[in-house]
Amino acid sequence: MLTCKEFLQELTDYLDEKTDAELRAKLERHITECPNCWVVCDTTKKTIQVFKGMKEYAVPSDVHERLMAAVERKCAAKKVR
Amino acid sequence: MATQEPVTDVSEETALVQLARSGDLKAFSDLIKRYEGKIFRLALHITQNREDAEDVLQEAFLKAYEHLDQFQGNSKFYTWIVRIAVNQALMKLRKRKSDRAVSMDEGIDTGEDTVTREIATWDENPEQKYSREELNSILDDAIQGLAPTYRTVFVLRDVEELSTEETAEALGLSIPAVKSRLLRARLQLREKLTRLFKRKGDDAFAYM
Repeated sequence: MLTCKEFLQELTDYLDEKTDAELRAKLERHITECPNCWVVCDTTKKTIQVFKGMKEYAVPSDVHERLMAAVERKCAAKKVR
Repeated sequence: MATQEPVTDVSEETALVQLARSGDLKAFSDLIKRYEGKIFRLALHITQNREDAEDVLQEAFLKAYEHLDQFQGNSKFYTWIVRIAVNQALMKLRKRKSDRAVSMDEGIDTGEDTVTREIATWDENPEQKYSREELNSILDDAIQGLAPTYRTVFVLRDVEELSTEETAEALGLSIPAVKSRLLRARLQLREKLTRLFKRKGDDAFAYM
């Protein structure tokens, strides 16, 4: 039986599905028997999900235009060389 | 709106890089449009400063343009530009703060005292409780509260969705170092979000 500390150490690999079957079974057994670790696991999973759902920023048009102008200048300079 | 959905067609991207390399500015502009939103967000998350983030965005694409001939093509263009942008962003951070915590190599506790104080289930759906803008601002604030070393690893892995290997490569860290920082970052964010999202009246005592 894993301790809670051992469970936590493996949490990232478990949530990323990077553990082998044997360890996975041990971790799953731990959360069926330890309500606190179940909650930590579930809320960490939700934490990751909510961040993955973050929307991409639209680059403000002035920032985009300055970037394009800088690249065009660089391109012109490259051609001169 | 200056961004468009990134297309993950690798062969199309390889063709764009080839064209850009031969001096086709339009092809390079297409690469910019594809990734500038992600790079700007990444730069904002790491530097926490809009002006610095804009500098990072420009410097990263200018460097990429200048060194296109060095791009090997065995990694994705996106991973390559992320690596350049992360380096620029970390340099900004070091310059601005002389912050000890900015060094990626610094010895970090690898999780001995991993914190899990808030033990409570969440309301089913934070997405329904807050508007998209409110939620984004909550998430930005939560990321801001992390130390730069954790923040950078977390943003690359869980926001930009790079693999552990790509994150390690971009930051010059070992894979175990990425994993231990990611664990700490995820748990710290879980603590912060649980304080906001926990179901009313739900706490550790419910399970005792």
